Parts: sequence; C-alpha cells; structure tokens
Amino acid sequence: MTLLGTGRARKPAGLAAWEEAPSPAGRVGKGTLLTLIVLAVLFPLYTIVLTSLSSAATVNRVGGLVLVPEGIHFDAYIQIFSDSVVSRAVMVSTIVTIGGTVISLAVSVLGAYSLSRPGSFGHRPLLFSVLLMFVFFPGIIPVYLMVSGLGLKDSYWSLILPTAVSAFNVVVLRAFFMNIPGEIMDSARIDGAGEFRILWRIVLPMSKAVTAVVGLFYAVGYWNAWFNAMLYIDDTRKWPLALILRQYVVDSNPLPTATLGVSGMGHDAPPTLAIKMAIVVIAVVPALIIYPFVQRHFTKGVIVGAIKG
Amino acid sequence: MISTTAAPPRRGRAAKPGAELTWRAKLRRDWPLVLMNLPMLLVVLAFWWIPALGNVIAFQDYNPYTDGILGSPIIGFTNFALLFEDPQFLRAMVNTLAITAFQLVFYFPVPIMLALLLNSVVSARLRAFVQGVVYMPYFFSWVLVVAIFQQMFGGAGLLSQLLRERGHEGIDWMTNSDTFILLLTSQTIWKDAGWGAIIFLAALSTISPSLYEAAAVDGAKRWRRMWHITLPGLRPVIVLLLILRLGDALNVGFEQFMLQRSAVGSQASEVFDTFVYWSGLRTGDLGYGAAAGLFKGLVGLLLIVAANRVAHAFGERGVYSKS
Repeated sequence: MTLLGTGRARKPAGLAAWEEAPSPAGRVGKGTLLTLIVLAVLFPLYTIVLTSLSSAATVNRVGGLVLVPEGIHFDAYIQIFSDSVVSRAVMVSTIVTIGGTVISLAVSVLGAYSLSRPGSFGHRPLLFSVLLMFVFFPGIIPVYLMVSGLGLKDSYWSLILPTAVSAFNVVVLRAFFMNIPGEIMDSARIDGAGEFRILWRIVLPMSKAVTAVVGLFYAVGYWNAWFNAMLYIDDTRKWPLALILRQYVVDSNPLPTATLGVSGMGHDAPPTLAIKMAIVVIAVVPALIIYPFVQRHFTKGVIVGAIKG
Repeated sequence: MISTTAAPPRRGRAAKPGAELTWRAKLRRDWPLVLMNLPMLLVVLAFWWIPALGNVIAFQDYNPYTDGILGSPIIGFTNFALLFEDPQFLRAMVNTLAITAFQLVFYFPVPIMLALLLNSVVSARLRAFVQGVVYMPYFFSWVLVVAIFQQMFGGAGLLSQLLRERGHEGIDWMTNSDTFILLLTSQTIWKDAGWGAIIFLAALSTISPSLYEAAAVDGAKRWRRMWHITLPGLRPVIVLLLILRLGDALNVGFEQFMLQRSAVGSQASEVFDTFVYWSGLRTGDLGYGAAAGLFKGLVGLLLIVAANRVAHAFGERGVYSKS
C-alpha cells in the first residue's frame, strides 16, 4: 500500500484556484454537522465531569446529571480517595499499566528490530508466527487454561503477559525500523557497534514518535483492560479500576468491603451519582493527559505504516 | 539492508550474501538478533502457539482434574455436533451474523463519510480541533463507554431525566433487547468512527491535487470529482479494511457484549465469545466451549482468506499477496 506511505495531509491554504466556492447552504450544513459531531463527544464528558464536581445539594436537587455549573466541590473525590477500595484499584491499574507498558515496549521493540532484516536467521518463520496472530485467535478457553496452568491466576502477571505482545504494534514498529536507511546501520557496524548498541543508539532515537505511539497503545490497552481482569483476578483486593467501574458504576452493585456511597453517612455526604461520575473521570483522565502529547504523531504515517507490512 | 561486513564468519571463510550462507553461518552472524527475538518468541509461544495447539481439547471429553489434556478421551467431532443442536449456540451464531451484517451497513461507511467531511474543512486549525475531539473516545475502555451511554440513555440517565421533567415517561435504552443492535452500533460509532477516519484521511491526502484540478478544468463539479477521483482513490483502503473487518467480524466488540449481556439478556446479546464464556468456562464444560471457540476462530480465518481471494479477483492487493 505504497500510496499511503507519506501520510502527510494535503494542506489547502484556502481554496485552490480551480475549486468552486462552497454554497452558503453547504457551509451552514457542514458547520452544523461538525458542531453536532463535536458535541456528541464532548457533551457527555462535560456533564459527567460537572456532576462529579458538584455539591451534594446540587446533585440531589437536579436528581441526576448536572448541566449547569454551581460552584466546584471536590467532595466526591475526597470521599473516593479516603476510601481504600478505589484508591487501591487506581494503584493496581497504575502499576499494571506502567509495568505492562515497559515490558510490552521492550519485548516489542526488540522483537520488531530482530524481524527488521529479511534474510537473517529464522526470519521467515519468526515473522510468520507473529503475523499468524492477526488472523487467528487461539480462543478464550485454551488461553485461560494456559494462564491458570502457569499459576498466574490472581497474579498481576495475568493482566500483563497474555497481552504483552500485540502483533499490530510489532508490525508498526518493524515497518518503521525497516524504513531507516541501512547505510546508517552499516557504518555503525563497521565502527564495531553490536546489534544492541545500534538499536539503542541509532534506531531508537530515530524512532521516538512511533515508539511513543506504540507505547500509548499499550498503555491504553492495559489501563482499559477489563475482561482479563474479570477472568483472572478473583481476589477483590487486587481488582484494577476497570472492575470497580463495572461493579459499582455500571451494575450499581456495592463494592466489596467498601463504605463508599452507602447511605447513612449524613446528608452532606456526596451522593452516589457524584461518586460514580468521579470514578468515571478518574478512569478517563490518564488517557486525556497523555493523549495531546502523542496525538500529533498519529497522522505521521505511523498507523498507516502497519498496512504496508 | 543485510550486511555481512561487520561480523565476518570466522575460520577465514569469505562473507557471502545472506541467502547463500549456511544456517550455521547465519546463526553465527545473527545470534544477537535471535537473542532479541527470544522474549517475544516466548510470549507468543506461551500465549498463542501452546493455547492454539491446546485446542485439541475441543475434540476431547476434557476433564482438567482427573485426566488432563493428555489423558482425556478423544471423542472426535462430538462437541461440534452437539454445538449445532444447542439452541443457544445457534442463537449466538445468528446474532453474530446479524450484528456483523448490520454494522457492515451502518457502521462501516461512517468513518469514510467522516473522513470526507473532515477533508473538506478548509481551515487547518478547525480540522485539527475536530480530529482531536473525535479520535478521543477510541482511547476509552468499553466499560467506560457503556457507563457513559448508561448515564445518557439508561433508565436513570439524562434523557429519561429530561423526559420526566417535561412530564413524559422515561426510557431505558440500555435494557431494551429489541433495540440492542441500534444501541451497540451507536456505541461503536461513538467510540471508533473518529479513529477509523484516520486511515481514510491518510489515503485522501495522497490523492494528487492535480487530478482534481484537471477534472475541474474539464468541468467536473464537486460531486462528480468525488465520484470519479476521491472514491476510486480510496478504493484500495476500503477493500483492505473491509477484509480486515470481515476477519474481525466474529469478534464483534467482545467486551461490549460481555458487559451488557446481563442488562439486555442473552436472547439479543449472545455472540460467539459470550457463548464460549458462559457455556464453556462458567459451566466448566471446557471441551465444549473450546469447540465453540475453535469454530469461531476457524470461520474467522476462512472469512479473511475468502475475502482476500475476492479482492485479488477484483485486482486489489488485499491484506496479503503471494509474494
């Protein structure tokens, strides 16, 4: 798919000479459509953040999600972080996300680099075994049996190892590494650099953008993962945030050993809804913080690079 | 890219191009690469190859406690035969196919249309802003998306709240099994359509402006240009994604279904993966569940191969080619 290679956006600085000016109706229609699309994404986030920051009085009076701000109150967040269940889940998610991302990135970068030279030892079968992951999934039950067979149930490793390698990310990295001119590496090799040195000193510094994006993919995957945690983590003290979200926010079941949002804490206590929305916000925030830093790389042909593989 | 100058084989043999080396010489040259591959190989072995081979339990009356994978009696295709007599499995199959077809029609074109819309925005800053916003939900988890939809359209959600304030009945879209297919398609659009547009935008950006210019000079108006230049330019990508989507079809938003199965009931929401979980893993009937999982995996594989054949037949490159 070479025609996708550059991925650079065509930049119309205004309209081209041959292009007819858009009709007024077309412009209004387009504007309305764009506004609706943007609102469809931002409005739910707005009202959720607002509700999480509202006082008990406001939420109780409105009887649901808050649409008009009436001052900012952090009661719900204070409540959440003074309770051990959610804070622990945030800790677990953070540890799994950071640890998992580091492991995944290391394994994938090394693996992708090792596959970036056609003709090297075992290149074809090793590449093939990664590409097969695209078209066939072994199935939930065999993987489950493997994980429990390795004794990883109720271990954080069960949240990391089964998803440590994403074929997509490896192929993205590999495509990028293969585009680096071979002469650069050859000259390093002549100077006596080994493969590890070349990877660390030459290839990686030239691939910061793609590595950042792949890292983001992995991190988001770990932070968001729910099903594996549901399968493998029975011990409620080891629950990541995604399980809390499901249990408390979606299904409205009480949390294990928690006093959170239980009635009888006095009428000043933040209402359940505000606490729920605060948990939603906590789950969204990390992605929103990292996102702008990585977003500008998206269009640089990073994602598209995968298709070439 | 292959260099033999850096690590010449010892014992004085001359370095040759990669293909002519013996595997020993290659290994002597490439051992650092093999070492680098090792961690990935171990993960892929442990969590792909061994489980893939572990699918033999689909052909067994598998008993994990007494017999294990080696001792359990082989029963051939009995599990598969039973599957096709199981109304719940047939329901899962019908639902999966219906949902796949529905999303192919109502989800698949959305990212393309969004990309065309974004591409037609003249102001680069406005476009960057809209892109930044619509890509975002792709990074939210399904739990989060379900939670957000619940707050908007659930029985206690915002829509019901507003309806009740105006004296109407509230609605609960989240537990209605009749409209479940609409609900999950809107969830998919909300979460993934923006991100899905990226690839089409990239493809659009590679269509040469001179084509448009020439067409405009020849008197082709906006819509004719879109029909004769833009869409043909997008065709390889559309075909490619269609194939990938088909292969992925049976995976229809796995967590999405697991999460909402209890709310809308298994009638509407049972798909292959939920079936494997509930009828295999939860009941302990592991061989039976593995059979369902294997059936799904193989059908998915067949779909990709078949779709790729069709693409080749129509002169497209598809996902992979024979080279």
